Amino acid sequence: MDTAYFLQQLINGVTLGSVYGLIAIGYTMVYGIIGMINFAHGDIFMVGAFIALISFILFALTSIALPIVLLLTLLIAMVFTACYGWTVEKLAYKPLRKSFRLAPLISALGMSIVLQNYVQAAQGARIKTLQPVIQGGFTFMEDTGFTVSFSYLQIFIILVTIVLMAVFTLLITRTALGRAQRACEQDRTMTALMGINVDRTISITFIIGSSLASVAGMMFVMYYGVIDFYIGFLAGIKAFTAAVLGGIGSVPGAMLGGLLIGLIEVFWSGYISIEYKDIAAFTVLVVVLIFYPTGFLGKPDIEKV
Amino acid sequence: MKKNFLVSSIKDSLFTGLIALALFGPIVGLRTVAKNEVLVVNPKWFIVLIIVIVCALGRFLTNLYFYNRDQKYGIQSTIGKSITNFLDTKGTQIALSAIIFSIIFPFLPFTDRYLMDIAIMMLTYIMLGWGLNIVIGLAGLLDLGYVAFYAVGAYSYALFAIHFGWSFWICLPIAGIFAAMFGVLLGFPVLRLRGDYLAIVTLAFGEMIRILLLNWYQLTKGPDGLTGIPRPSFFGLPFKSFPEEGEQTFHTFFGLEYSPMQRIIFLYYLILVLALITNLFTIKIRRLPIGRAWEALREDEIACKSLGVNPRNTKLTAFAIGAMFGGFAGSFFATRQAFISPESFTFIESAIIVAIVVLGGMGSQTGVVLATVFLIGLIEVFRDFESYRMIAFGGAMVLIMIFRPRGILATRKPTITLQKKEATK
Repeated sequence: MDTAYFLQQLINGVTLGSVYGLIAIGYTMVYGIIGMINFAHGDIFMVGAFIALISFILFALTSIALPIVLLLTLLIAMVFTACYGWTVEKLAYKPLRKSFRLAPLISALGMSIVLQNYVQAAQGARIKTLQPVIQGGFTFMEDTGFTVSFSYLQIFIILVTIVLMAVFTLLITRTALGRAQRACEQDRTMTALMGINVDRTISITFIIGSSLASVAGMMFVMYYGVIDFYIGFLAGIKAFTAAVLGGIGSVPGAMLGGLLIGLIEVFWSGYISIEYKDIAAFTVLVVVLIFYPTGFLGKPDIEKV
Repeated sequence: MKKNFLVSSIKDSLFTGLIALALFGPIVGLRTVAKNEVLVVNPKWFIVLIIVIVCALGRFLTNLYFYNRDQKYGIQSTIGKSITNFLDTKGTQIALSAIIFSIIFPFLPFTDRYLMDIAIMMLTYIMLGWGLNIVIGLAGLLDLGYVAFYAVGAYSYALFAIHFGWSFWICLPIAGIFAAMFGVLLGFPVLRLRGDYLAIVTLAFGEMIRILLLNWYQLTKGPDGLTGIPRPSFFGLPFKSFPEEGEQTFHTFFGLEYSPMQRIIFLYYLILVLALITNLFTIKIRRLPIGRAWEALREDEIACKSLGVNPRNTKLTAFAIGAMFGGFAGSFFATRQAFISPESFTFIESAIIVAIVVLGGMGSQTGVVLATVFLIGLIEVFRDFESYRMIAFGGAMVLIMIFRPRGILATRKPTITLQKKEATK
């Protein structure tokens, strides 16, 4: 029974961790390239979840086969949410790129408030429920008294995350775009002198981050089945914690951090207390920042005079 | 040249329209509504059409008007400069007349209950803004969890007043001390973190306090909140319409007709005095070594360390003092409302206070007042449009950051400046 329970928590934790990891990549990439905490990223994730929800509702009226629905929803959510990420960057962050350090953070805070209340005004404040899209799954270890279930939905979430991670890791390490991004992280002026369009590279970073967040949003709405305009806040903080835990600026670190935060949260609610599960994530954040300010895979931040 | 410009701006505005369609199409155009427990989509294409046309046209017009970008920044910076100059030269007179106005405000002919409530709310935010200004403006530590100290102050005031029956004037300092203790408790481990990490940790701390208040049912009554918090009395004279036998109340003692406004006016003066104390404290401490150390630390931490300033202790005092004033404001809030619940201490409150400080111009005491009047006024003006007022609020934050990144009043002036060589520019 104990092993079965543990296994179940492990499966749930990995699933949740995939969602956090995908959001965390957006934080970590933006932080890497322009050194700001994109506070509105959690709300971009929320917008992505809403677009996925709307898309699922519309497709439910048609008779398209499930795999195609999933693929189309994925693409729709990514494209439309990327528009949000792009616009937010253009409106709220780009004019502040040369400003003092706190200005983009405040602007991001304002943008987060705008996005939340805009979705509340447009879609209503009530929670939205989605009928399960993928049903069924495997069950095993039934004889121990506690049935472990590994649903198709969880398999889908984990698989999509792995595929997307692989694609984006390749994108960053192997393509010209990825090289441009890494160059911008190191020295923006020098990169511009080398003939790389820095503004465009930053825009693309936001587009990638937002589309990954929208995938996370789609998974969230499928997994939990309920969303509201406020989900971005908590998920955003936890994903940021994940990014810090893995080492901010490092893409594999973000995924690792997401996985750890997901596991910590699930095990905490499974074994200790479900009311205080959000405190678990915050405690981890504080502890990590105090003892491991660079995270697991991050580079040390050297202070220069 | 001119023709090319026209063609490109038409293209640009069409592109803007397309983006607007992508942004507002799904979220605004396809509103999901629950019908018999199942969500269905309720299309609203007409609104989307209007928004898209407005966006495209707006973009086209701004392109025509501001095709020379320098012009735009020219206009706004001259406005900003003239405001700053005006306040620089007339600063003292304006501050004095503002104080006099706020003292006679309750007795002005047009002042009614509604205006008094708004004034009390604004003063509470001004006090919180001034308290947070010590942390953000002077010490340069971005604290996104200030509402935690406000909550600690409110809850400790409420608990002491309810369980021990202590009066407001005893509970007020206790609440302040409790809040300051929490400030030290939080500040001790995290204050060595850099700017934006600190911001996130304080935010997390604020949320932790709220979750704790929500779940520690035995002490805080959780989401139900604490009720029956004693109202403040005028130095022992309560504000009651029907005094009990042998009891002196405010209106019987002074031989006045009872009116519920008396208590509100008293509350108004109470918060006015508390806020002015905060302000006076900040102005004074700024000239003391500790205040100088805060500002020096904000400018250059490494230089401070090499000159023998202990950054941790210095930051910790700023944090604790800021928290203490937050605690005072919290106890005022508790006694005014007579009811508190974790609902009142959400992250958005922290965001509003931070916005007030940053938009006012960090470190500027007058800026805090201006920003409070502007932002709280904005929220009040939009009161009838419940869901739109926070959009306007967030939008104002972004706009002010873009056009006045140093805040409305950027009066921070270094006393000595290094002359920059022209060639390096």
